[in-house]
Amino acid sequence: MPGLARGNIEINIEECKGCGLCVESCPPKCLALADELSAYGVHPAVYAGDGCTGCGICFYCCPEPGAITVFRLAAPPKTVAGSRGGQHAPAV
Amino acid sequence: MDTVMEGEALEMADETTSSPTEQHAGSNGYEVVHSKSPVFYDIYERKSELKHQTHYCPGCGHGVAHKLIAEAIEDLGLQDKTIFVSPVGCSVFAYYYFDVGNVQVAHGRAPAAATGLKRACPEKLVLAYQGDGDLAAIGTAEIIHAANRGEKITVFFVNNAIYGMTGGQMAPTTLVGQKSTTSPWGRRPANEGFPLHMSELLSTLEAPVYIERVALSDNKNIMRARRAIRKALENQRDNLGFSFVEILSPCPTIWGKDPVDARRWVAEQMIPSFPLNVFRDRKLELPPDSAPPQRPVSEVLEIRKEGVRGLSAPHPHGFEQLAIKLAGFGGQGVLLLGQLLAEMGMREGLEVSWLPSYGPEMRSGSAHCHVCLSTQRIGSPLVSRPQVLVAMSEIALRKFAPQVAPEGLILYSGDKLPEDLALPTANVISVPASRIADKLGSAKATNIVMLGAMLAETNCLTRESALKVLEAKVKDCALLEIDRLALAAGWEFVNHQAYAGAVAQADGFAY
Repeated sequence: MPGLARGNIEINIEECKGCGLCVESCPPKCLALADELSAYGVHPAVYAGDGCTGCGICFYCCPEPGAITVFRLAAPPKTVAGSRGGQHAPAV
Repeated sequence: MDTVMEGEALEMADETTSSPTEQHAGSNGYEVVHSKSPVFYDIYERKSELKHQTHYCPGCGHGVAHKLIAEAIEDLGLQDKTIFVSPVGCSVFAYYYFDVGNVQVAHGRAPAAATGLKRACPEKLVLAYQGDGDLAAIGTAEIIHAANRGEKITVFFVNNAIYGMTGGQMAPTTLVGQKSTTSPWGRRPANEGFPLHMSELLSTLEAPVYIERVALSDNKNIMRARRAIRKALENQRDNLGFSFVEILSPCPTIWGKDPVDARRWVAEQMIPSFPLNVFRDRKLELPPDSAPPQRPVSEVLEIRKEGVRGLSAPHPHGFEQLAIKLAGFGGQGVLLLGQLLAEMGMREGLEVSWLPSYGPEMRSGSAHCHVCLSTQRIGSPLVSRPQVLVAMSEIALRKFAPQVAPEGLILYSGDKLPEDLALPTANVISVPASRIADKLGSAKATNIVMLGAMLAETNCLTRESALKVLEAKVKDCALLEIDRLALAAGWEFVNHQAYAGAVAQADGFAY
């Protein structure tokens, strides 16, 4: 799928405490702290929308269990000879 | 018929990431690779409105450590077998977050509690999670001895060089020169000593199999910490022995730094003082060992099998549980009397317990013991409401008489009761036991006179078993003869003398 970044992240504004560790840690530097405040009075992290590689570093640096969810482009479906139609080889 | 296709099998093997919830991707074509671990609760039932957030400050290292531990537990597939022992400190509330078995223990005692849990449930994954105030200050003894015994537990030691929860006092791990509320001019080794290096300290012991220090200071070190945490848990899964991971962790709030600077401070200040290293990673070689034989208590006490129930006729005990307190001065044979009763009970096939309670003043001071006789298993050996009190001194009588259960029995070794004594609604019998014993030839037999009196009054155990136990215990033939006479004399006294009778007192002993 051309045009799509390899990765993507979702930040749960309800859990983000605005510590900024993900912004500091992100290797491709595609995270930032929002200008506006969240309901908790912090500047939550936001994803610029581009450049994420799905490396997951931000997830491990973030202290909140569920503030960040990391996605990666799914690998194209693996096709093995014989697995579509015809006779199936038994699993080893 | 095998329905698993090769292609599916390959895909399953390829699925290295943990989350099976793939379908809530943000955009088409993406799959979840990292998300909140199911080892965490969905909602944290804590006493706050913020049930979707942890209580940790922004940028706190605990959250990261929690995530790494949760991920490891999840990946090992041991969530249902994990017991998490949380400490006192900021991480005291770990039980709000981890959906595993949770125990929160007294300050510093996590390794001791984990020891008990692991020994009782060896198939569980028992991990202790402690901070530096908990582990390296108040709990120093517990961690050293748990490590030295090689308990097969995993300990995570989160070191942030300060007391966080209580507001920033100096910890044993506080760096030289580091300011805290109790070292406002910086830690001075001349006055407060040097930082305690727990990993180095524990690696001087033989038993631990794995000790590593990691830091939550930057991306690379966090990933190292992830591996170390996983390895420490794998070690326990594989039953290898004691594993310990020290995690240098930022405390932005108490350090007075923003989270990013705090993390940098770990790298620049803490790591030079607490070098990262694998201090221990080896298999434990234990000398050949054979388990000691397990023998029943009656056998150890040389009560022969047939002796246990070798009485002429089974004795109707007339109680389900009899709680007895025996009290007097040290040297009066109070504790021995308790042992005799317990052994007699054992011979008569009862469950028994004997709990001595004596202070450092045992000689010529007060001594007492608790004896339970029961037809059922005994829950607690502690007797707080005795049904029978044997008081061998006036002090003991005054001290323990108010505890006696209503309709209970007090046997007092003395000529008569002190007149000013307010007694509960119990039967009271005064036995001039020491005069009787003196007459028989030895004041040592006073306790046996009381035993005879007690058996006569309560009929709880038989004279026959008392004689058997005395024969087994008393090696001196002359003394044994006196004891026989003393037992009979106590018995006779109660059966043939008038006793004080039921004394009812309105003394506020309410039920």
